[in-house]
Amino acid sequence: MDTGKDNRNRRLDITLGLGIFAFLLIPWYRIEGGFLSFGWLPGFPGEASVAPGLLQILLHGRWWLVIAALMLAVAGVARITKDPRRRGALLVLSGAIGVLFLTLQGLAIGYSGWAWTISDRLFAALPDGQPSMGAGAMLSALVFVLLFSFGLAERGAMKGDAFVVASIALLIFLVAIFVFYPVGSMLIGAFQDFDGSLNPAGFTRNIQDPAIWSLGCVLGGDRCGVAWRTLWLAIMTAGGSTIMGLAFALVATRTRFPFKKGLRLLTVLPIITPPFVIGLALTLLFGRAGVVTEALSSLFGIEPGRWLYGMTGIWIAQVLSFTPISFLVLIGVVEGVSPSMEEASQTLRADRWRTFWRVSLPLMKPGIANAFLIGFIESMADFGNPLVLGGSHGVLSTEIFFAVVGSQNDPSRAAVLAIILLCFTLTAFLAQRYWLSGKNFATVTGKGDSGAHIALPRPLSIGVHVLVVPWMLFTVVIYGMILFGGFVKTWGLDNSLTLDHYARAFSVEMRDGVLSWTGVAWNSFWTTMEIALISAPLTAAVGLLTAYIIVRQKFVGRNVFEFALMMSFAIPGTVIGISYIMAFNLPPLEMTGTALILIACFVFRNMPVGVRGGIAAMSQLDKSLDEASLTLRATSLRTVRKVILPLLRPAITAALVYSFVRAITSISAVIFLVSAEYNMATSYIVGLVENGEYGVAIAYSSMLIVVMIVIIASFQLLVGERRLRRENRVAGLTTAPSPLLAQEKAA
Amino acid sequence: MITPRAGSVVFQHVRKQFGAFTAIHDLSLTIEPGQLVTLLGPSGCGKTTTLRMLAGLEHPTSGQILIGGKDVTMLPANERDVSMVFQSYALFPHMSSLDNVAYGLESAGMKRKEARERAEEGLKLVGLAGMGARLPAELSGGQQQRVAVARALVLEPQVLLLDEPLSNLDARLRRQVRTEIRELQQRLGFTAVYVTHDQDEALAVSDRIVIMKDGAIAQEGSPRDLYEAPASAFIADFMGEANVVACDVLSVDGADATIRVGALEHRVPSRNARPGPAKLAVRPNAITLEPASSAAFPGRITHAAYLGDHVEYEVETGTGRLFVVDPAVERALPPATDVAVGFKGRGIALING
Ligand SMILES: Nc1ncnc2c1ncn2[C@@H]1O[C@H](COP(=O)(O)OP(=O)(O)O)[C@@H](O)[C@H]1O
Ligand SMILES: [Mg+2]
Repeated sequence: MDTGKDNRNRRLDITLGLGIFAFLLIPWYRIEGGFLSFGWLPGFPGEASVAPGLLQILLHGRWWLVIAALMLAVAGVARITKDPRRRGALLVLSGAIGVLFLTLQGLAIGYSGWAWTISDRLFAALPDGQPSMGAGAMLSALVFVLLFSFGLAERGAMKGDAFVVASIALLIFLVAIFVFYPVGSMLIGAFQDFDGSLNPAGFTRNIQDPAIWSLGCVLGGDRCGVAWRTLWLAIMTAGGSTIMGLAFALVATRTRFPFKKGLRLLTVLPIITPPFVIGLALTLLFGRAGVVTEALSSLFGIEPGRWLYGMTGIWIAQVLSFTPISFLVLIGVVEGVSPSMEEASQTLRADRWRTFWRVSLPLMKPGIANAFLIGFIESMADFGNPLVLGGSHGVLSTEIFFAVVGSQNDPSRAAVLAIILLCFTLTAFLAQRYWLSGKNFATVTGKGDSGAHIALPRPLSIGVHVLVVPWMLFTVVIYGMILFGGFVKTWGLDNSLTLDHYARAFSVEMRDGVLSWTGVAWNSFWTTMEIALISAPLTAAVGLLTAYIIVRQKFVGRNVFEFALMMSFAIPGTVIGISYIMAFNLPPLEMTGTALILIACFVFRNMPVGVRGGIAAMSQLDKSLDEASLTLRATSLRTVRKVILPLLRPAITAALVYSFVRAITSISAVIFLVSAEYNMATSYIVGLVENGEYGVAIAYSSMLIVVMIVIIASFQLLVGERRLRRENRVAGLTTAPSPLLAQEKAA
Repeated sequence: MITPRAGSVVFQHVRKQFGAFTAIHDLSLTIEPGQLVTLLGPSGCGKTTTLRMLAGLEHPTSGQILIGGKDVTMLPANERDVSMVFQSYALFPHMSSLDNVAYGLESAGMKRKEARERAEEGLKLVGLAGMGARLPAELSGGQQQRVAVARALVLEPQVLLLDEPLSNLDARLRRQVRTEIRELQQRLGFTAVYVTHDQDEALAVSDRIVIMKDGAIAQEGSPRDLYEAPASAFIADFMGEANVVACDVLSVDGADATIRVGALEHRVPSRNARPGPAKLAVRPNAITLEPASSAAFPGRITHAAYLGDHVEYEVETGTGRLFVVDPAVERALPPATDVAVGFKGRGIALING
């Protein structure tokens, strides 16, 4: 019995069948009205715009596609080749050439012929170009990737495991398309004109722009450039949120503060809060018509100022937004300092003060540096708060936005700004990665470390309480504002209570016996839910698959692969947004204005979180479990399905919930990618804010927060833990969404 | 009925490298069908790596592996006709014991109902009938181990692989389980490759023992061969302790040789030795001590320890320090006694290395 051979032939047959199907039976190029609308069926297969690959070659002058057909034929020959090594080699060859060819021809041949002048010179000019790739072309590319992987597996790569080889190849392929290709396009976009021709003028003009680099504020001029302002803001925010986070962590672990549970609750907030909501709430308090502003003005006659709309306001909003994240990172660090070390210090005649300064604090230092860098990156990437509060004092992320949507409409400028922003965040990311790696002194041993943390020295204890208590109250007030604000008629002018805003956003009516969603928010709300629901499982799947491969499989370039993935997390959403529209607006891949681009954006932006969570959970699963499954005749796919996934359930839930929630709350990348047809809740709310419709915006935001709380809570309830009663190996896997966030931020 | 089809195993010039480090150097080995062969050696010598290459969990850098006469070198683990009992058992914690045992059968395409019936049979085979519903965590260590064996056996593999199967059991249970494994193997007649670093265990269960050192085979043979005729000081010492003593081979006639240590002459199996200086492996219990002020091979007791059923001595002699085990507890000799050292008939072997 040779099940192995049957297996190899079967998967090859299926793949080849798929390749033939893609080539003969579905439109090769992109369909204007969308493939899934099936508006192309009547014209199929004759018309040039909807013809399949074969007819494109025969009837419509796309002769170059013959190479793809040829490669498919080579794979067919491999199928009947007996010698296993030659068969593998043929498959590798056909797959590799197929993918490379499809990529090259896509990049080289645009709508109107050769896209590169050099090919015009090398080959004859083309009479006719080609539209973007469609279902046929994409499916063919997938088939070639699979053929390539199967060939490698048959030649013994990854211990002959086709599932693993194919997963790695597919992941690399997808990450290349959805992360590196867009970023690359953006880099090139900095040197291009509107029509795509090479023109470094835009780049040179923008990179030297004093509006970006001016040091005016230091040298006595009026204002500093936006790059320096952003940098300064990021440093201040990182400093502020780190200090607050540390204070919270110390209070939570080393004092007898009565509301510790409440502190923990804080950590969930950043997950469920859309990023601009804090800014919005601040406006309601301190804006020109804010409650506090009004009160001060009527009580003390203080002139209402515009101080909130600028760096100060953004800074406060960001410190409020990112303190919970910093707290989450630092609480692990503060708890990680082994009590026995502090006790040892005390037995060595050191008092509490000296123990704290000379032992505890130095042990926490790497963690503190980590929290600082995370705050820095978050601040740089933040788009929502500066948009709501920035006014004319923008930061890089908002300037990028205005460079493309505003009257400027200067893609080259947007690209230059994005490159600068990317340099800042990547530098911080690299610093975090290299400078801090291996410097983790935290001493969590897993053994019951007896002893308790010593109390803080008295002055310090008072100090942290002075910071924490008002800040907590402030946070409570802010969230109170958010929930309450939606019920107030017009802030500052008419403070009477009303349900109007909710009615305008979420009204439903019965018309002619059918329910009709008349509220203005429903459209974007349902779109958001739909897209979040589609992208969450995809994100979790891609993320966990990646984690499985990183943890369990050794292959050349694994470290580079992991590094590149994690780096993509340091790419600010605004940069992703701008690079997606630059990359996917023209052939070979056109996706702007579709739901697909939003889904791709969410999947590849949120995937690193799934990867982190998956890595953490999977490293706790004994590798011999997978190996046992393999020696019990199971394929890797079956192993993943039957052994790994069931044991990773908590991590899966966490990844699902997290990616779902992130898809709902994120704004920075989304705002570039939404269209009239696919508008998302966050960008709709920002639109409301820009129109001054604060009431509806706030009502919509609180609704989102409530929806997310309900979702998270029901997920927690639904996924009960399965009792395994086996040592901590499995029990330790239970990760709620919030620790997951901590891991992701901390690593 | 569960009837594994015993297959042979052949390693041909197998090499395995991890990066720049060579874990296995040019290993060639043949295992006959139906035998239980033990890979024995100190930690890190490459036993597990060898076993994993046989299972398909590692692939050799070069060389060939044949199972049942078929070249499996390039085959992935799930397409090989072997199964493995892991050191940690690797039972799936979320499946009942029955599901654990049925897992491999279902993977191989058997219908669920039939697979469960056979799994039940497998559990019966290892004496766990009726325990199928329990989760692994609800079983004792010994029971978990048996589930792991049943899970591997129901697949009726050509070769069963066991990686230190007893190391997670307490000492008392170890002896019992190893007897059970050996009985099962002899009853069903399957081929087994058994990895251990414990020579007692190896001696107790094996048809043949392969001693490994630094990624290569140091010696291979029946338990008796290895114990009585170690090829080197390393093996002599590894297979139960041994004193390595320098000696002179005086003459060789046929199967016997006359050797001299100090002024003491003794006859031992010659094992192709030639006259001249040589080395002798002497088991601690093959040495006799008699109080005497002068002797052909004199020594002096430097240390004595009473251990209930025997006495352990350290004796300083002209060729070095000897370790001696003497069952005569009734006449324990105190330290600083001068003794005449003598040899018994068995437990002494000339070694080449
Ligand atoms: N995956 C691996 N990567 C690198 N070195 C390994 C790997 N597996 C084993 N080794 C090395 O190979 C040698 C043999 O290991 P192993 O076969 O596990 O020894 P043992 O005889 O104790 O079972 C050891 O030095 C070990 O460090
Ligand atoms: Mg081992």
